[in-house]
Amino acid sequence: MSRIRPEDVREIAALARLALTDEEVARMTGDLDAILGHVEALRELDTTSTEPMTHAVPFDCPLRPDLEEPPLSVEEALRNAPRRDQGFFQVPRIVPASGATPDGEG
Amino acid sequence: MAGLDVRDVRGAGIAQLADGVRAGQVKARDLTEAYLDRVTRLDGALGAFLLVDRDGARRQADEIDRKVAAGGDAGPLAGVPIALKDIFVTRGIETTCGSKILRGFVPPYESTVSQRLADAGTVMLGKLNMDEFAMGSSNENSSRGPVRNPWSLDHVPGGSSGGSAAALAASLCAGSFGTDTGGSIRQPAAMCGVVGVKPTYGRVSRYGVIAFASSLDHPGPFGRTVDDAAALLEVIAGPDPRDATSVPSPVGRYREAARAGRSGIAGLRVGVPAEYFGSGMDTEIEAAVRTAIDELGRAGAELVPLSLPHTRYAIATYYLICTAEASSNLARYDGIRYGYRDPEARSLEELYTRTRGQGFGLEPKRRIMLGTYVLRSGYYDAYYNQALKARRKVADDFSAAFARCDVLVTPTSPIPAFKFGEKTKDPLQMYLADVMTVAANLAGVPAMSQCCGFTRAGLPIGMQTIAAPLAEETMFRAAGAYEARTSWHRRLPADPVGSSVGSSTGSPPGATR
Repeated sequence: MSRIRPEDVREIAALARLALTDEEVARMTGDLDAILGHVEALRELDTTSTEPMTHAVPFDCPLRPDLEEPPLSVEEALRNAPRRDQGFFQVPRIVPASGATPDGEG
Repeated sequence: MAGLDVRDVRGAGIAQLADGVRAGQVKARDLTEAYLDRVTRLDGALGAFLLVDRDGARRQADEIDRKVAAGGDAGPLAGVPIALKDIFVTRGIETTCGSKILRGFVPPYESTVSQRLADAGTVMLGKLNMDEFAMGSSNENSSRGPVRNPWSLDHVPGGSSGGSAAALAASLCAGSFGTDTGGSIRQPAAMCGVVGVKPTYGRVSRYGVIAFASSLDHPGPFGRTVDDAAALLEVIAGPDPRDATSVPSPVGRYREAARAGRSGIAGLRVGVPAEYFGSGMDTEIEAAVRTAIDELGRAGAELVPLSLPHTRYAIATYYLICTAEASSNLARYDGIRYGYRDPEARSLEELYTRTRGQGFGLEPKRRIMLGTYVLRSGYYDAYYNQALKARRKVADDFSAAFARCDVLVTPTSPIPAFKFGEKTKDPLQMYLADVMTVAANLAGVPAMSQCCGFTRAGLPIGMQTIAAPLAEETMFRAAGAYEARTSWHRRLPADPVGSSVGSSTGSPPGATR
């Protein structure tokens, strides 16, 4: 069964929040199709009585003592931010400025 | 220590270096300068280092020398110069994971592995090149250019820990560290002729290791010899309250086990799985590994032919699980809190998509896409959940095998190091070359690679020893037995001829992007 079309690639890219160039879309279409073709082989494997294995080593989630520890300071947490404003990470405006009308709306 | 000349540290062993420093016979500072000098002269031709922390290394070395002079304990690995794959976060030292999207990231915290290394007295020389986000088998996917194989500069070093294997093989450090999600320690170790160890899942903490596929990521050491690798593993292994998946079992005596192997392995049962030989394998590799297995037989091992019947499903299973986990782990790179940010983005949506589109290279994008696809509702059961079930079948193969044998011995890679650009056009062919290594990641069992010969073209050949969960000591015993009876590990590549700017050798295709 084949399978991956350029429009599928664009849809997945939107879900993954990835801006792809047209060239990348073309390349991904072929690559994903080939890789998914290979993994089709897994379908022949009878797993009706097999439990999924999510972890290599079975473990109970251990709990650490609930002790207060100093957190990262605000300054340290913000030091790597590409844009910041006072004690905050800065992002493009997501709420229209008060009194203004958002672009493109009547 | 007798025989150690700081003017020529090529091939020096960990015990030799640490014993010399601890006894005050050689200064950590002099050793550090000797290795830094090699990095300065030779790394232009190799490209193994992304960052050399000269000042930090000198400070650490001087501190060790002060401790020794004051009669204190400077640590079991005092003064041993090491280097880290750039996937381990280091406080105050740029950590990029080989990616443009993390360029300029200076972590505010330290990984458990690097902290334990500092506590043991090692000197950290710098951060090593790698495939971006540890995704690749040739180190050609680094955003900062590829690494060259010290045995042949027009060949890849393997990946994704290509810088770690190449730097050690070229004696630019005495030990190095990497991560292995589907073979990324063992395969470059094989291609560069050094020892690489992927311990049991959870044996070494993942705290501060930038995540690729969390249920498959294994940090581990590279050593020139089995003894060196054992010494390095001993100081980084052990439970860590900061990694909930670290196993609580006490650390074994890996060095003692490696040394015990030297006097033979009478009665050790060595399993030889049929699926790891034959079709698609380089004939020189098959011959070398079969000869090595015969050598284990002469060392007293009982050879047990057996089968791991689900091996042929391992690659598909691995690439479904690792891409699913990667698509989730790499969702954090959004251009807001650290790393690259597209300066042109006008909305939050654009900030995400443009930052990620520009910041990630082709291979991480491909894996994010594949992972997103297989986790979609409607596809989840057919792909991801089926892969989790297949993973159990692969793991059950190992459980059945270890009822009949103590270790398994196989080739590490079906092919020796290849030339730049030879496999980059077809990602599926590159993935298929991981066929010998991925199953041990799926099952979480310890596995290591060591040199067992060279091709006629002079490229190293690796053999892999796999043991049951937490049975690293048995694995080191078998590996130590082989090493004691052979001399491959003593061969060193010639220093690359060329200049510190690397201009005489030119750049491989795709060196920059």
